[in-house]
Amino acid sequence: MFSLIRDTLLSQAVTLWRVFRKLFVKADTVQYPDEQPYMFPRWRGRIILSRDPDGEERCVACNLCAVACPVDCIALQKAETEDGRWYPEFFRINFSRCIMCGFCEEACPTNAIQLTPDFEMAEYVRQDMVWEKEDLLIDGTGKYHDYNFYRVAGKQVAGKDKGEALNEAEPVNVRSLLP
Amino acid sequence: MFEYAVGSALSIASILLVVIVIAAMLIWVERRLLGFWQERLGPNRLGWFGILQVVADMIKIFTKEDWVPPFADRLSFVIAPAIIMVVVLMSFAVIPFAPNIGVIDSNIGVLFVLAMASLGAYSVMLGGLSSNNKYALLGSLRAAAQMVSYEVFMGISLLGVVVLAGSFNLREIVESQADGWYIVPQCVGFLIFLIAGVAESHRLPFDIPEAEQEICAGYHTEYSGMKFGMFFVGEYLGLVLISSLITVLFFGGWLGPALLPPIVWFALKAGFFIAFFILMRAALPRPRYDQLMSYGWLFLLPLSLVNLLATGAVVLAAQ
Amino acid sequence: MTLLFYLAGAVAVIATIGVILQTNIVHALLYLILSLLAVAVIFYTLGAPLAAMLEAIVYAGAIMVLFLFVIMMLNLGQNTREQERDWLRAGGWLPPAFLAGVLLAQLLLVMSGVEGMSAAEQVGVMAVGTRLFGPYVLAVELASILLLAGLVSAYHLARQIRAEDE
Repeated sequence: MFSLIRDTLLSQAVTLWRVFRKLFVKADTVQYPDEQPYMFPRWRGRIILSRDPDGEERCVACNLCAVACPVDCIALQKAETEDGRWYPEFFRINFSRCIMCGFCEEACPTNAIQLTPDFEMAEYVRQDMVWEKEDLLIDGTGKYHDYNFYRVAGKQVAGKDKGEALNEAEPVNVRSLLP
Repeated sequence: MFEYAVGSALSIASILLVVIVIAAMLIWVERRLLGFWQERLGPNRLGWFGILQVVADMIKIFTKEDWVPPFADRLSFVIAPAIIMVVVLMSFAVIPFAPNIGVIDSNIGVLFVLAMASLGAYSVMLGGLSSNNKYALLGSLRAAAQMVSYEVFMGISLLGVVVLAGSFNLREIVESQADGWYIVPQCVGFLIFLIAGVAESHRLPFDIPEAEQEICAGYHTEYSGMKFGMFFVGEYLGLVLISSLITVLFFGGWLGPALLPPIVWFALKAGFFIAFFILMRAALPRPRYDQLMSYGWLFLLPLSLVNLLATGAVVLAAQ
Repeated sequence: MTLLFYLAGAVAVIATIGVILQTNIVHALLYLILSLLAVAVIFYTLGAPLAAMLEAIVYAGAIMVLFLFVIMMLNLGQNTREQERDWLRAGGWLPPAFLAGVLLAQLLLVMSGVEGMSAAEQVGVMAVGTRLFGPYVLAVELASILLLAGLVSAYHLARQIRAEDE
């Protein structure tokens, strides 16, 4: 009997009192359009394509982002410049499908595709949610300032032969017996 | 009685209007208070502190499509939301707001309120039954059992006050509290009435008939537009009614120090209880259906009977 | 008051006819509730407010709710509606209606001799209470024993079902 009263009335009264005290606690709400919330740098928002420190496109059109994308919102076509660099001929992200999961960023071997803290991308026309490469490509390096894929990769391009990349050994001469 | 009612047609209309406006305002008050209690702000953008949110809600609810499902029983579907409004508004007829404000000075006021409360059960039952929807039916089954059960304790817990005052007239009950509010001798009755009142107006934590997480919206799953609005406003009217009744029966109605006019005292006390009910909604979890039932029949019913018996014995001994 | 009495009486009669003629059971029940409420108003106009309120609380508010509760459980559909319609069509109602008419005529004949009751005085709650626990205390006690028996048997029935579950 006593435990029933304790459980039904007393504990409820304690709860009531604790919730009542919340009346004098400052609200957590950020009144968004008037007051901008602090966006964390790693927030997964609008997707961009970045450039390397030399100002070239980072994307090498490997299609890994398109494969990783769970909603298939990325479409691209590989092309190749005369000096041997790969680049996407077109790069299209349908943001009306994108779920901002960030898998593309994790899949990207060249840090080209990155997610930014911008989330205000509502449109009145659905077609306007489809972004082309010129919309996506930015001039800067995004989150990774020093990384340059062609500088560290073994891929041969004009102005950088085999073995000239950072931390890369000279190519082994398979016809020689010398160590 | 007949000529009394006709004579005060103006006062009836004004009381009706004030009560409905207050019930509508409660939509905003509740959302705002709930917000504060959950460390949010609540609706604050429209008008002064968001007070025009009520108007926005009304426009929305009036312009929504008023849809009757083709599989529903049309007559009962339409009549159900009207019943709750009518019944609760009728109950306000016997509430004495102040010495000179009130519709009827009835010598069976308490019984009238109980009768209207018991008729209110039809609203939820018919609404659920006529919707022809399994969640609505579940909701109305729960509502029926809950309301019929808690009516019993509600009535018995009131009788303690009636015994002390020696009258069923709410006005006389208030006047007999001039020496002391009935909350002191009837604290047990007050607690039972509070719990039964929440269950009777099926507000949280006893909103088992509509329990959104379990059965959609219970009996008003199929309702939309103004018909839903009537259930909605009916619930708030019920809240105002229960708060006014608590004020009248246990807290001396309009009585209070003379610095403020009586109607202000009444409004303050009733407002306190309205806020308390909203606090209960913010704080307390919903019990399970069988917990509610066994709590009522096995704990509240014996307690209210003992309370009535003890009150009667004390009154007899004092004579 | 007299006007109110006749109005309520008319409502009660019409609603009761509605109860009989309705084929949809929920609608019939609604008419029945209306009829009971009209009877409550009649009680009030005759100067018995307590009886009026108890009529509304007990009959309209509790017993009819239980009726509705049972109807909810039964899941009555189109079949019952057609069955009801059949019963009304078959002419099987003629003999009972005739017999009821005879009873009504008798009632009217007997009632015509009685002086009309004055509705001026109202019997308060206190008067009813003192009467019940004064001269009629034996009847009250008998009724309470009957109700107690009902309570105990209901408890017993509910108990048995639970025992089977275990």
